[in-house]
Amino acid sequence: MNKRYLAIWFPYLVTDQMAIKQESLAGQAYALIAQERNKQIMVRISRQANRQGLRTNMPLADARIISSDLQTFQFYPQKEQKLLKAMAEWFIRYTPYVALNSPDGLFLDLTGCTVWKSEEQHVEEIKAHFYGKYHIKIGIADTLGAAWAIAHYAKEQIAKPNEQLKHLLNLPPKALQLEESTLQRLEKLGFYSIDSFIHIAPSTLRRRFGDEINLRIGQALGRKPEAFEPITEPNPYEERLHCLEPIQTAKGIEIAIANLLETLCSRLQKEDVGVRNATLSAFRLDGKLQQITIGTNQPSIHIKHLFKLFELKIKQIEPDLGIELFIMKVTKIEELPKQQETFWQTDTPTDLGEIAELLDRISIKAGKNAIRRYLPQEHHWPENSIKAVTNLKEQPETEWPMHKPRPTVLLNQPEPIQVSAPIPDYPPMTFTYKNEIHRIKKADGPERIEQEWWLNEGKHRDYYQVEDEKGQRYWLFRLGHYNSKTTAQWFIHGFFA
Amino acid sequence: MQNPLQKIIIERLQREILDLEGFKTKTQSDQSKLGLKILEDNFPNQTFPTGTIHEFVSEKPEHTACTSAFISGLLSKLNKQNGIYIWIGKQRQLFPVGLKKFGILPHQIIFINLVKQKDILWATEEALKCKSLSGVISELEDITFAQSQRLQLTVEKSRVTGFILRTQTAHIHATACAARWKITPLVSENENHLPGVGFAKWQVDLLKVRNGNTASCTVSYHHGELAIIENTAPYLFTHQAIGS
Repeated sequence: MNKRYLAIWFPYLVTDQMAIKQESLAGQAYALIAQERNKQIMVRISRQANRQGLRTNMPLADARIISSDLQTFQFYPQKEQKLLKAMAEWFIRYTPYVALNSPDGLFLDLTGCTVWKSEEQHVEEIKAHFYGKYHIKIGIADTLGAAWAIAHYAKEQIAKPNEQLKHLLNLPPKALQLEESTLQRLEKLGFYSIDSFIHIAPSTLRRRFGDEINLRIGQALGRKPEAFEPITEPNPYEERLHCLEPIQTAKGIEIAIANLLETLCSRLQKEDVGVRNATLSAFRLDGKLQQITIGTNQPSIHIKHLFKLFELKIKQIEPDLGIELFIMKVTKIEELPKQQETFWQTDTPTDLGEIAELLDRISIKAGKNAIRRYLPQEHHWPENSIKAVTNLKEQPETEWPMHKPRPTVLLNQPEPIQVSAPIPDYPPMTFTYKNEIHRIKKADGPERIEQEWWLNEGKHRDYYQVEDEKGQRYWLFRLGHYNSKTTAQWFIHGFFA
Repeated sequence: MQNPLQKIIIERLQREILDLEGFKTKTQSDQSKLGLKILEDNFPNQTFPTGTIHEFVSEKPEHTACTSAFISGLLSKLNKQNGIYIWIGKQRQLFPVGLKKFGILPHQIIFINLVKQKDILWATEEALKCKSLSGVISELEDITFAQSQRLQLTVEKSRVTGFILRTQTAHIHATACAARWKITPLVSENENHLPGVGFAKWQVDLLKVRNGNTASCTVSYHHGELAIIENTAPYLFTHQAIGS
């Protein structure tokens, strides 16, 4: 049976998307630029820019002469690739085989897909869908090469079976996707359209232009094979459980969760990934939707553990008349750490894993922000000298500082105290904190800590470590310099052991 | 009159009960790990009991600072270098940087901040179930006998050492904890009459020890070692002392 291919070309793929996202750009001339050596090159341009005579691969400096109000944006190739991939996934509704033709095209294998709709109807439907959003060009032919050529260069859209040659004849040599050097040579010799050289004997063509031209002609006419690599259909990590009888009890929900987890985890294990976030949706008889969501600190496929996390939240579900359908969806996955690969890990967790699971349970109840580890940070200002991390494995990059005395308990906010201090640069003799007078017997300091001007403006602090008559040790500081006009402010900031 | 055979049987049973409650029999290898022999002698089997719950009372932040330091001093002696600890409390007041001096690397501690007492108790129990932890420290306002009993039963299974730091000291009633401690600061110790604040020194009171004796002594901490300086008189009027 004859193959039928549909080629799609989005001449302004990224720029069209930008106009959809940002309405003010619609109908404007703008370009995406990339730096190439010391030149800025326009990599993608909008339709309006094209109308003004701009072309891709033009230096931006030249373009400015033609169009003074040209807007420019940075070009991100990954974004374009992602968009094209998403497009390809959308086209799976027409055929199971969709291939990418980077950077701005797609191929659809339409063989046998025209039972319900003719090829013309397909073309019309696709065009209608994209009308006003994306500029699109379509070509249908027996071969990939011919479909591509028709989409890019021909006026008509469909080449009837076995008629691709007829449609190719009037097209320029570029339509065969030849290399730049070959194209230049063809032009030099006066071959402006395909019909001028397509009937020349292959051996003669090869002598002049190399092997490539014969290969391309053969592929376009269907004499030589061309690879078609379809994308794999996305398969969301989702499991459904229909209930014969509506479920109303917590026990029933538990069984449902256990069932769903088992199927999901066995699939995740095969793919070497673990759950980070998962959602359970329960559809009630009266049409209402109830959802509970869990998250983990580490990717996990430990069924018992994940079940416990869901169990903590079961009481949030109101079954009312009963639940008829459960859907469990894994919304975030991550590759499993290497040690979990062995198959018995689904039952007994590792050392650090056990702690991670404990923290998961706590964070479900108390929220992620409740759990903290601290690592040293290279700042003198005491409040900035530690940083909070959530990762269990992260190790400090620098040593914990030991050279300066630091209290064991630090107040979150320094609290003002009343002091009587003899002369500048001496620790106070007494201070009052929470209505209690402390007589200072021993003191160390001062240790001056300046504000880090690149982070924060403010006065410096002169810290003293003091001990009162009972042996209680405090960390006090005076804010700023002594001044004859105003009294210096003193604060308590911590307690030493 | 008690039969000598009965006496032997009772002694053996007592030993078995102790073993079940988490008090390990003394072995040659772990003799006086802490370096606090006089204190340790007051515990059953003359060893500091691990795998049990210890209760620390501290009413003022000054005392909390000393208690935290003392606990980290104990933990660093009891465990290997790379243990992981969980510290559960209402709001973190502990300053991680200040802990290294007392033998614990601050990044070994996972801090959990919870608001409700009930949640703290729940998290403490969950944490105590986790065998991979080297210690669980929990800051609580108060704990009832039933609650402490529940925690004790948890650690008997998991053998994790728990430390409860209680801040409310007005009404202290019996708990199922292995020991009740009180650490208060003392005037620091200056070497060779050097000026300034010297090495940390604390009054360590063992107010209550299950199957053991109360004790009281002054302990100093320098160069990473806990050392007993003086054995003060046994603490008799414990409740009066707490109430003051």
